[in-house]
Amino acid sequence: MLEVLTGFVSELRRAGLPVSVTEAADAAEAVRHIPLEDRQAVKYALGATLVKSSAHWRAFETAFEVYFSMRGPQFALEEDSLGPAGARGERAGEQETGSLGREAMRGAGEGGGGDLVSPEELAAMLYRALQNGDTGMLAAVARLAVALFAGMESGRPVGGTYYLYRTLRNLDLDGVLQRLLGAARAGSGGDFAAPAPAGASDGTGGYLEGILQRDAESARLTPLEERLLADEYRFRIAQLQREIEAEIRRRLVADRGAEALAKSLRRPLPEDVDFMHASRDEIAQMRKAIHPLARKLQARLARKRRHLRRGALDFRSTMRHSLSFGGVPAEPRFRHPKPTKPEIFVVADVSGSVAAFARFTMHLVYSIASQFSKVRSFVFVDGIDEVTSIFERSETVGEAVHRVNLEADVIWIDGHSDYGHALSVFWQRWGKEVGPKTTVLVLGDARSNYHSSESWVMRELSERARRVYWLNPEPKAYWGSGDSIVDKYAPFCDGVYECRTLRQLESFVEHLV
Amino acid sequence: MTRPAAAGAAPRTARGIAASAGRPVVVGEEGAGEAVRFASVPALREGLGMVGYLADDGLAGVVFLADRLGKPVLVEGPAGTGKTELAKSVARLTGARLIRLQCYEGLDESKALYEWNYKKQLLRIQVENAAPDDESAGRWNEIEDDIFSEEFLLERPLLEAIRASEPVVLLIDEVDRVEVETEALLLEVLSDYQVSIPELGTVVATQIPLVFLTSNNTRELSEALKRRCLYLHLDYPSLERERAIVLAKVPDVTEQLADQVARIVRSLRALELKKHPSISETLDWARTLVLLGIESVDEATARETLHLLLKYRTDIELAAKELAAATARDSA
Ligand SMILES: Nc1ncnc2c1ncn2[C@@H]1O[C@H](COP(=O)(O)OP(=O)(O)OP(=O)(O)O)[C@@H](O)[C@H]1O
Ligand SMILES: [Mg+2]
Repeated sequence: MLEVLTGFVSELRRAGLPVSVTEAADAAEAVRHIPLEDRQAVKYALGATLVKSSAHWRAFETAFEVYFSMRGPQFALEEDSLGPAGARGERAGEQETGSLGREAMRGAGEGGGGDLVSPEELAAMLYRALQNGDTGMLAAVARLAVALFAGMESGRPVGGTYYLYRTLRNLDLDGVLQRLLGAARAGSGGDFAAPAPAGASDGTGGYLEGILQRDAESARLTPLEERLLADEYRFRIAQLQREIEAEIRRRLVADRGAEALAKSLRRPLPEDVDFMHASRDEIAQMRKAIHPLARKLQARLARKRRHLRRGALDFRSTMRHSLSFGGVPAEPRFRHPKPTKPEIFVVADVSGSVAAFARFTMHLVYSIASQFSKVRSFVFVDGIDEVTSIFERSETVGEAVHRVNLEADVIWIDGHSDYGHALSVFWQRWGKEVGPKTTVLVLGDARSNYHSSESWVMRELSERARRVYWLNPEPKAYWGSGDSIVDKYAPFCDGVYECRTLRQLESFVEHLV
Repeated sequence: MTRPAAAGAAPRTARGIAASAGRPVVVGEEGAGEAVRFASVPALREGLGMVGYLADDGLAGVVFLADRLGKPVLVEGPAGTGKTELAKSVARLTGARLIRLQCYEGLDESKALYEWNYKKQLLRIQVENAAPDDESAGRWNEIEDDIFSEEFLLERPLLEAIRASEPVVLLIDEVDRVEVETEALLLEVLSDYQVSIPELGTVVATQIPLVFLTSNNTRELSEALKRRCLYLHLDYPSLERERAIVLAKVPDVTEQLADQVARIVRSLRALELKKHPSISETLDWARTLVLLGIESVDEATARETLHLLLKYRTDIELAAKELAAATARDSA
């Protein structure tokens, strides 16, 4: 166990989790108190000692699945009563390279392997398993489906997404869902069962059983009923998908060993994902991460502000209050000065490659809008448009950012970034409104398709404004290469910063105030 | 930071706790010369159920380990997921007294640990002055000893927990609200379970209390504090657990209604809302439905009562629309 644990801890560190020596020792101590054959128990023991932030949980889970996928009898790779489907004889550690491929290939063929279920049989099993919510059966279906459809090949350095895709495509889960719902609508949800509520004794069953067992005449489902039923099926389908993923991982671990697999599965933590190369899934993760981030930032800044506010000693007030202590000035009183707040202009490139970066930045700036006397925002591609009012009209920052995408008028000629044109229009239309209290924040990679830079605008701005900053989501090494003209603007900025991740962005925004 | 005093160094009173007042299932068990509060995770989970707190194995497991390892638990999660209630329930289960330190911005040592009652001290000195004496030099030492004695000490929750001779559960609620300096103070106390008061000497805990810190995650806590604690992320409960909570907490609710309520709430949590319904909101809603005599929620009832579950107008509108839409928009 200790050996596995050491490997596991190193993997967490490689994935970016800050696991200290103390915590590793705590984890070793913790697993002494729980039954090791209980995989769930091992998981919470390690989770509680090694993971101290919920944002890191996903990375932990991935690594855990890889390193501990063989633990517990129900997770053994050997096939049990389910028949000889798939990887016979493979065990953790033994790594019979090759057998995985052979077995799976056989399954993936025309389904005529003889000792496997046929695709039709599997489809029927799947339908039944989803209908009566039998978790054991779902797990069995997952295993069979992987053996039958994934077409896994031994020794390939992959993370398994492709196998997952192949398996799911063959199962046609959307189609199954539609058939399940169709059956329910037709009044033959018959065998539906929800896992019994703990302690339910009288056998009346749950709400869904109720609506499905109703009299055939009155059996038309209301929209709400149908919705809740569909959600239950969807939930079961999601569970099946997790089982399939887990099965694929188990097989990959058996084939390649935990460490190699963990490496191909490793992903940056949400706060370290590069804006410019984020996948859709990663963007979704970042979207989730930005709310707590913004909240924390806001709380931190508000606190800072209040601290600063403790001003000079208020002598009169102190003396007045001292009367209640017989003239001893026991509680000093302070004056509260009113600090002035800056005003901020955000000027953001929202063209394709940097759009995500612009959205996250505006989100963060607006979520701390109370720190500024005013926030105005402008977005551009080759044309430029003010979008302040969109933010004022929207109820949430998220909603506003979404509407900016739809409503802003940023195309002038061809929708290819033209910094020079956008900036000169900005200067023409709003330049006079920039003043000594204004901080100007320009967001973009300064890739201007070889148009002229019109960098004089930045010079004018820097003379009028309190501060001018530029945030560039590209790695510094690329600045000035190709059509990047950030170095034309840099001399007129108070700072030009590389800003590739949420972490960097957060720290910049904090210092902005 | 100083290394924590070895966890087992201070003997914990366990049997006593378990036995007191005929408490349910907490089975004190003699480990290697050292008493523990809970026999096993299932026993703990069951015990919590009996005092009205529905836990899953993960949750009970972390509390179990906290006892075995003598470490505080840092509980984080969205509002209304039972963080505070967990500490209270563990106190109820073990028959321990709950000592609560409610954190807020500006909380300092004098409110968290102890403070000298200087108003009373001033009065004492003034009384002394009113009756002037000749040998005033000697007198002063006497007064000083006097005014820095137990009588003038105001004990605050941390000190109270350390000095308690009977079993206690210490709840440090919403720890993310305190400033960094106060956090450092907390860490010190939780590392050594001792407090030194210059005028009185060092107070060492006679038992390691179970400690729960809760956080709403408005601020990143220091690495050192997190390292010291076991971490428990309390998320929204599973369908089964939420249904069980409704059944346990809402009188007269039928199984069918509890099930439906839990299902609707689960569906709402899958939507992109500004604020998702918490467990307390689920309970409020279920109670109201029972009061209204509703046995099964239909679209109209849902629309009229959604404001109990959701706080924002836009959320309510979206939810009403979604619940009447039969099939979910594909969120994938
Ligand atoms: N597991 C549970 N079993 C029974 N009741 C629960 C459970 N979890 C939460 N509750 C109920 O939900 C309500 C809210 O819980 P609690 O106040 O502990 O939330 P919290 O996480 O501390 O919220 P906040 O972050 O707002 O302080 C309580 O009234 C409690 O009764
Ligand atoms: Mg609370």
